[in-house]
Amino acid sequence: MLSKRIIPCLDVRDGKTTKGIKFRDNVDIGDPVEMARFYYEAGADEIVFYDITASSEKRDIMIDVVRRVAETIFIPFSVGGGIRTIEDMRKVLLAGAEKVSVNSAAVKNPEIISKGAEAFGNQCVVLGMDVKHVGKNEDIPSGYEIVINGGRTFMGIDALEWAIEAEKLGAGEICLNSIDADGTCEGYELALTSLISENVGIPVIASGGAGKPEHLYDVLTKGKADAALIASMVHYGTYSISGIKSHLDKNGVKVRKSW
Amino acid sequence: MIAIIDYDAGNLTSVARAVTHIGFECIVTNDTKEIGKAERIIFPGVGAAGSAMKSIKRLGLDQAINYAFSSGKPVLGICLGTQIIMDYSEENNTKCLGIIGGKVQSFRFDEIRKNDTGLKIPHMGWNRIMLQKKHFVLSDLKEEDEFYFVHGYYPVPNDPAHLIGTTEYGIQFASILGYRNIIATQFHPEKSGRPGLSILKKFCVWNPC
Repeated sequence: MLSKRIIPCLDVRDGKTTKGIKFRDNVDIGDPVEMARFYYEAGADEIVFYDITASSEKRDIMIDVVRRVAETIFIPFSVGGGIRTIEDMRKVLLAGAEKVSVNSAAVKNPEIISKGAEAFGNQCVVLGMDVKHVGKNEDIPSGYEIVINGGRTFMGIDALEWAIEAEKLGAGEICLNSIDADGTCEGYELALTSLISENVGIPVIASGGAGKPEHLYDVLTKGKADAALIASMVHYGTYSISGIKSHLDKNGVKVRKSW
Repeated sequence: MIAIIDYDAGNLTSVARAVTHIGFECIVTNDTKEIGKAERIIFPGVGAAGSAMKSIKRLGLDQAINYAFSSGKPVLGICLGTQIIMDYSEENNTKCLGIIGGKVQSFRFDEIRKNDTGLKIPHMGWNRIMLQKKHFVLSDLKEEDEFYFVHGYYPVPNDPAHLIGTTEYGIQFASILGYRNIIATQFHPEKSGRPGLSILKKFCVWNPC
């Protein structure tokens, strides 16, 4: 039986993580390679890097980070943020990432999904979706709308329709981020997650809102997610990956316990 | 020296990095002479069977792989590499190498969703293997170890004697095949953490007879 995946997400700017891991002794590690090693050894099933580097001249720093991470950890990892072209995807994959995620570039130019899937295989292409609850209306029948620019720009695209479209175009997985829940630490958006997950045939990673192990339990059961993204709840040392997994295991969710 | 066969099918650097990490020398190559000289062969791959077989034939690698196998060198197949050693793949209706008899077929929702309607295709993530027989390359594994899979197709060997491990995903499918000097996994040992690296390490010192 397939395990539900627990995936720490690291935000990287100019080659450094924006939130270091705070261990119990309060030592900060801001090096993404060392953080990746820490989570690899701690039992993460996969790692997501999100590059928030603003200037394009500094983007090659991320490629170097990807290369060093690939030499250090032997589990899958994906890279997103600022991927605009097939060439961007190729660079990240050649540097050693397993998957690459596209978000706003795919909204503006859906072809990047099909071209990426054709060139590298569906399993390499993750569609990142930032979604906001707007209530049902004629243009947005599901009540959830696609947004970009961190939630500031509404695109007039229905989230459910976009997810189904992206699967047809060849996305191998969806990373579904609720802008409403993101940063609240009050739990994932369960209704949104189950709506998307039940209506596509590809795996869905839930993102946004994780604050305690119970939230992961909820999104992996009621939310029908295949995997759960976590950030601050582990970066600040409040919870450990093995602690989260043993909570899930005790409650009957299948997770990977041996690493 | 271990030759990792390059047939334009992605994921080769991850295998090379993992082999280097565990302390063995390897080269990623499509040169049939290098493959001929190598002590052991890894046949990895991510992608589609049709285009993979086209590249393999164009580069003359079909003969090189068949020769390596018949000469008794240890051969490790990974993911698409494992599917390509079968007779035939449903994916792009492709005639394959035929080192292990049998075919490769796709997961179907109507089959895998009989008991669990939430199962997705591809089968992506960590899953266990149930060993059907002992094998040197797998001798360091623990029962609860899991491995990273990402695939929409799986091999179906004709001869049950070639079945070494199975995995459950709505159905039971063959996740490790082998006989004589070949062993082949549907999952990615290079992406499966400690137990995956142990398979690679054991393969690198395996002396099949």
